[in-house]
Amino acid sequence: MTEWLNAIVQGVLLGGLYALFAAGLSLIFGVMRLVNIAHGDLIVLAAYMALTTVMVMGVHPLLALLVVIPLMSIVGYILQRLLLNQTLGNDILPPLLVTFGLSVILQNMLLEAYTADPQKLNGGAIETASVSAGNLSIGILPLLTFVIAVLVIVCLQWIFYNTALGRQFRAVSDNQDIAQLMGLNKGHVFGLALALSLAVCGIAGVLLGMRTSFDPSIGSGRLIFAFEAVIIGGLGSLWGTLAGGIVLGVAQTVGGKINPGWQLLAGHIVFLLVLAVRPRGFFPRVEH
Amino acid sequence: MNTRVTRSSRFSNGALAVLALLVVVLLTAPWWAGRAELRLFGEIYLYLSLACLWNLMAGYAGLVSVGQQAYVGFGGYMLFALTIYAGIHPVAAIIAGGLLAAAISIPVATLIFRLNGAYFAIGTWVVAEVFRLSFAQVSALGGGSGSSLPVAIVKSLADSRSARESLSYYLAIGSLILVFAAIYFLLRSNRGIALTAIRDNESAAAELGVNVWRTKLEIYVVTSALTAIIGGLIFLQKLRISPEAAFSVNDWTAFVIFIVVIGGIGTLEGPIIGTIIFFLLRETLADFGTTYLMILGLVAIIVMIKAPKGLWGLISQRYDLEIFPLRYRVQQSATTEQG
Repeated sequence: MTEWLNAIVQGVLLGGLYALFAAGLSLIFGVMRLVNIAHGDLIVLAAYMALTTVMVMGVHPLLALLVVIPLMSIVGYILQRLLLNQTLGNDILPPLLVTFGLSVILQNMLLEAYTADPQKLNGGAIETASVSAGNLSIGILPLLTFVIAVLVIVCLQWIFYNTALGRQFRAVSDNQDIAQLMGLNKGHVFGLALALSLAVCGIAGVLLGMRTSFDPSIGSGRLIFAFEAVIIGGLGSLWGTLAGGIVLGVAQTVGGKINPGWQLLAGHIVFLLVLAVRPRGFFPRVEH
Repeated sequence: MNTRVTRSSRFSNGALAVLALLVVVLLTAPWWAGRAELRLFGEIYLYLSLACLWNLMAGYAGLVSVGQQAYVGFGGYMLFALTIYAGIHPVAAIIAGGLLAAAISIPVATLIFRLNGAYFAIGTWVVAEVFRLSFAQVSALGGGSGSSLPVAIVKSLADSRSARESLSYYLAIGSLILVFAAIYFLLRSNRGIALTAIRDNESAAAELGVNVWRTKLEIYVVTSALTAIIGGLIFLQKLRISPEAAFSVNDWTAFVIFIVVIGGIGTLEGPIIGTIIFFLLRETLADFGTTYLMILGLVAIIVMIKAPKGLWGLISQRYDLEIFPLRYRVQQSATTEQG
């Protein structure tokens, strides 16, 4: 019994990490209807950035966030202004194929720079520390990841609904042309949206790198988890994304508990079931 | 005025004649080509087939899939499963694999057609992952490490090695001709007009009475079946299968997408041009490994932004050419020009 409860708790906490993967994807889809196929590879890029920062500056991976987050934001802004803005329009093909190409380029760049050897960010004592609650022992790092995920979502929610930037995001999301007429530079707003999305990828990448080992090829897997969390939660809802991440995390840990080979499969199957039963996810944004 | 509406032009007639001649020459390849060339040609035909099929889905039916490796791998695994455990002839097993893929693609489609656009693309990827993870669980087929085709089954194709290689070559070129002819005649039929309408404007096509969902489903099922057949042939060449190789997104989808995008999406000629460029690049840059893939990705991005209709799109726009006549064009007949 405790074992199962443990699996569920671990799954919920893992869901926090998946919500972090998904939040950035959900954000840019909301603002500019862009689905970024390179999203997972950008998370892995962030993990490698942190690795280099840790090696060069000799700091703790969590401190490396101070370097990784701004750097990823800059990458995001430049990427959007120079490349992705040229692909936006009514046709879904260009953004899809350009980000797909980007994904392949990123993967091979990382392979060239860091080889295929698995790497890990060494978090030190925090990795093994745990607190016990009843019979359960909960790792500090997964707990911290979950708390960070909740904070990030609170933060994004606040930016969206309480700041001038958020108003701009919502304006271009509702109607790009009218937003443009009102004096917004949509290219710039989109740039900021991807910058924010990649800032979240930065956080996700560092936490991923501390949790498990990573190599240049794992990006597409992270994209798929992010995507599943977004769809399970319902398009356009950030809290839904957290719920989606938790459903996916629990499905994986419980599936893995039944049979280690079923861990990923169980997650995908729950996703397909949700698609069959509730194709709009659990918390879809109300259409207006 | 005396005008007539035709599809063919003098250029297309000439080009088709040259192409037919080329096919005849290629059909005799087992007599003049070496073992390595024969293998390379076979691989080219199979890649071109995959590219044509992906192009039919993405370029005409608007179904952008990044999960076609699901059916390549499925076809490959069916070849191994049906020959080893049902004892049927490899060629029959490959065809049966195609039929089974068609059957399995219907429930898959009803699920993933609920996703739109780019989300559909990632949905197809999830399906491919489910296929990969499921086949990795089947210990009878070697589980995660895969298995080889037993020698007895390989020998059942033909006794001598060179006879097997010719057979494998003919199967590859035969399936390419089959795939290409199927797509060509499909696009020239009424259904092709419906498809072209969907490609150009989905909601307008629906208004005009095209059953968009059904047309897309038909395309998805046919493409899945043919992709599985090509997959069976690919692994008949390789003689060894593993989940990683069978469901590789790079090998069976990324390369195919690059081929179609660079050549020209939504045209019949595009995949041919793209395949030629892809193999030229590969044969010259293959030693560079990762650099080669980066260049390929970069070229695809540049083409997508600067020339969304690909290289063939540039050529055909500039000179108004079509090798495979699909469009109708109005021609004034020679007599009226004089009078």
